[in-house]
Amino acid sequence: MGDAIVVTSGKGGVGKTTTSANVGTALALLGKKVCMVDTDIGLRNLDVVMGLENRIVYDLVDVAEGRCRLQQALVKDKRFEELYMLPAAQTKDKHDVTPEQVRDIVLELKKDFDYVIIDCPAGIEQGFRNAVAGADRAIVVTTPENAAVRDADRVIGLLEQTNISAKLIINRIRPNMLKTGDMLEIDEVCQVLAVDLLGIVPDDEKVIKSANAGEPTVMDPSSRAAIAYRNIARRILGDMVPLMPLDEKSGSAFKRIRKFLGIG
Amino acid sequence: MTEKQHITIKGVKEGLVFLLDDRCEFSALLDELHYKLEKTHQQLLTGPLIHVHVKLGNRETTEEEKEQIKSVLRQRGNLLVQSVQGEADQAPQPDGNEQQLKVMTGIIRSGQVVTHEGSLLLLGDLHPGGSIICTGDIYVMGNLSGMAHAGSEGNAEAIIAASILRPTQLRIAEVISRPPEEWMTGDAAMEYAFLNEGVMQVDKTTQLFRMRKEPLVYKGV
Repeated sequence: MGDAIVVTSGKGGVGKTTTSANVGTALALLGKKVCMVDTDIGLRNLDVVMGLENRIVYDLVDVAEGRCRLQQALVKDKRFEELYMLPAAQTKDKHDVTPEQVRDIVLELKKDFDYVIIDCPAGIEQGFRNAVAGADRAIVVTTPENAAVRDADRVIGLLEQTNISAKLIINRIRPNMLKTGDMLEIDEVCQVLAVDLLGIVPDDEKVIKSANAGEPTVMDPSSRAAIAYRNIARRILGDMVPLMPLDEKSGSAFKRIRKFLGIG
Repeated sequence: MTEKQHITIKGVKEGLVFLLDDRCEFSALLDELHYKLEKTHQQLLTGPLIHVHVKLGNRETTEEEKEQIKSVLRQRGNLLVQSVQGEADQAPQPDGNEQQLKVMTGIIRSGQVVTHEGSLLLLGDLHPGGSIICTGDIYVMGNLSGMAHAGSEGNAEAIIAASILRPTQLRIAEVISRPPEEWMTGDAAMEYAFLNEGVMQVDKTTQLFRMRKEPLVYKGV
């Protein structure tokens, strides 16, 4: 029996779909059998980010309404043998499926896959209820902004009511702004939300570039965000991985020694 | 005289307690009271000043009826009526303060609302976007950064106290207040908010005793 993880945030545009795609791919990279489920019915993007848009035949609503078997709707990834995606319907509405239907689908998927990553739509209405219905645990994505943190807090509260334990990913961290104090500190965010931190992801232009190319960022090991996502995937598997240093290109050994000596 | 006694007179340390039956007619009570005071218990009820407490049991009485009982008792010069009380008067009288203090553990997150009749002690944080609404006081052992409404049914005596008082908004009774900058003292001390002549003010919790001085009760005469 696999593990179903819902990726949610409350606020839109903080990187739920990017996180779903990258964490899903990173888990596949580590040899796990993964299925990603897009529950953002009417506004699906996961297929676009994964570059699988043109392979979709059936979708989640078709499965829920019995027009096809679950296996028929699964889209196999281009890169990995054991990475699949269940796309959302684009021509339907969030009210066309019920939480019970989604839960049944996720339960069915859990039999065949190690991990089921559920991409949740923004908001806390029907779409959110659909997405969390079958989840065992949750990843709450936020950015270091007050508005996103507030919405994350709301979502964590809702998840707690349904007994789903949540872990936090802080996305789009800009080390420069952290240094100048213009951005919320990581510790501050964790303290406010009072949940475990699963990982931090630095802001990286390569994420946008690769998403447009339909290629998850994790595939590019030169990207800092990719390393962050790989670390997150390892933490999901239970490894102890330290948080990555945020100093951009702190690579130079000389600099590091200077910092160590306290004169940097 | 009726066979059954409606009034029992008991002697206690503070004086006399009149226990009145709560089933019989009120007029029968008054008659018996007259009778007892004037006839049977004459010798007992003369002499030095005696404090009298009247207990009405579960009887529902109007102020007028209570006054009638008092006036009958006052006819004897030495009886000093201290109280006329029924069970019904005593029980549901939440004056908002210590009564019905509820202890709650957890985090109140954005969008969550906790309402309570009486006072509430929260062991945990109140996050921005979350609210606590109480008819009595609100005490937070933790960070209060959401909205707290104390004395929500008009109790202007209610207070809001927190280990760390950083609210988005505070309300006591009808008064709504946003924390101005000077509230953010940055002191480690616990603070509380209260109404002073209709204006919200914040002070260190150690000062609370000045406002809420417990009346000292002297036992004996």
